[in-house]
Amino acid sequence: MKTEYKIIADMIENNSSVLDVGCDDGTLMEFLKANKNINIRGIEISKEKVQICIAKGLTVIEGNAEFDLKQFPNNSFDYVVLGQTLQAFINPELVIKELLRVGKKAIVTIPNFGHWKVRLYLLIKGTMPITNSLPNDWYNTPNIHMCTIKDFVKFSEIIGFKIFKSLALKNKNISNINNSNLFFKNLFGELGIFQIEKK
Amino acid sequence: MNIKDNIKTLIIEKPLKLDCGQTISNFPLAYETYGTLNENKDNAILVCHALTGDQFVTGINPITKKDGWWTYAVGPNKSIDTNKYFVICANVIGGCMGSFGPSHENPKTKKIYGTDFPVITINDIVNAQINLLDFFGIKKLFSVVGGSMGGMQVLQFVSNFPDKARTAIPIACTYSHSAQNIAFNELGRQAITADHNWLEGNYSTKNIVPDKGLAVARMAAHITYLSKKGLQEKFGRKLQERDDLKFGFDADFQIESYLRYQGSVFVDRFDANSYLYITRAMDYFDLEKQFHGNLSNAFKNTKTKFFIISFTSDWLYPTQENKEIVIALNAIGADVGFVEIESDKGHDSFLLDVPDFLKTLKNFLDQSFVENYNEN
Repeated sequence: MKTEYKIIADMIENNSSVLDVGCDDGTLMEFLKANKNINIRGIEISKEKVQICIAKGLTVIEGNAEFDLKQFPNNSFDYVVLGQTLQAFINPELVIKELLRVGKKAIVTIPNFGHWKVRLYLLIKGTMPITNSLPNDWYNTPNIHMCTIKDFVKFSEIIGFKIFKSLALKNKNISNINNSNLFFKNLFGELGIFQIEKK
Repeated sequence: MNIKDNIKTLIIEKPLKLDCGQTISNFPLAYETYGTLNENKDNAILVCHALTGDQFVTGINPITKKDGWWTYAVGPNKSIDTNKYFVICANVIGGCMGSFGPSHENPKTKKIYGTDFPVITINDIVNAQINLLDFFGIKKLFSVVGGSMGGMQVLQFVSNFPDKARTAIPIACTYSHSAQNIAFNELGRQAITADHNWLEGNYSTKNIVPDKGLAVARMAAHITYLSKKGLQEKFGRKLQERDDLKFGFDADFQIESYLRYQGSVFVDRFDANSYLYITRAMDYFDLEKQFHGNLSNAFKNTKTKFFIISFTSDWLYPTQENKEIVIALNAIGADVGFVEIESDKGHDSFLLDVPDFLKTLKNFLDQSFVENYNEN
């Protein structure tokens, strides 16, 4: 988790404005605030989580990214961060488009459903994979739109956004993703971290 | 209600031009303070009261002998911690707890103003209150806080004085009084003016009060401060000190008895003409219109950090209206936090023991106060 945060922090320049979409209890916001000189804000759907953020002195508004990002004008923030929540939206396509409208750049991290353990789980057990990062059963999971690193790369072509930087995280090892190693990164990467921009 | 000895009053000499066109000067503004103003004078919080509130925020109100209206939130170690902060609250002009209002004598005619008192607005109320900052030598408030009509004052305050408050907390309020809000206020005003004791507002000359009308106004308003679920849970169809229906028009149900009681205690502490004037000020409030249809422009020049709070069961100033303020602030990149608190207690939630609300209010203030010091 900490490695993911560090990678995100490295992608963000100092003196920039950042919106954390689905900021949860504000852990990433706190990390970024402590390590970067930035102006950071959050939006979070859970009342309880918003209250936790407020108690940490973070500026957060209660809201649903699918409906409430539209209140922000174009390019309101230098960066918009979406950490491991794209798969929970009803309409991920709309959310990605909104991220790129509201932010000049967006940083999106996805739990990789293409990881070999996930594939093997389904192959051997024949039931929906349950892993450390995906602990729910199929009927009660908030993750309704799981995708793989490869899916996300393809998604960028379909939707028409530019992947500026893409990294795969395996244990604590970080590696670049490119066209030639995509097959392997998609098999061994646990998490994909993408910095994306409008075309 | 005359000015009592234990009401602190600031006489504002400086002329104040009201929205209605009239100018007032040398008028009294009654206020109360809690806690101590620190050496840097940067720990002051201006609390703005709602329609029927007054300057006696917490502790025992010396006039009514009852708990102050925001005792749950304000006091030592409470959300607005008077061990830490210097709390100031002024009775709004038009009110009846010592500030310039319709029960005062018109120096020209030597008669009680009654309905000759100028119609005041939220803008006028705020412009009168700013004098307290000068009086205490406060350059910038740490916060300006208020619920309901108090929240409207908070919005107007930041709009009028963009560099006078570090933080602002409008609670359960609106930027523009809705048709439904105006309708309920009109119902209250009609109840008062229909009382034959009202005498076109001159009831004090005959030493009477339009108590029946004022009580009905309060009863009607009180319903709007609660939620259906809250009422149902508290009263349901429970009977009042009887085993069965009496087939008459006495208060058979507990809810009837409760409302009658609310009405009767209200008339002892509130002036009917003040009720007319203050509800009018609320109805006239439309911050969006003041800025020609663009609410964001009301806050264009401010660096004030906002925290907006609404309640799930508040149907008088619903979350959506509070959210519109958030949207307007986000549109200009203002610093704004927002949360809707879960509560069955309706609009009155902000006045009651709603732990999530009280905790969040405290957390926001205390965290912002620490930040404030780190910056300096």
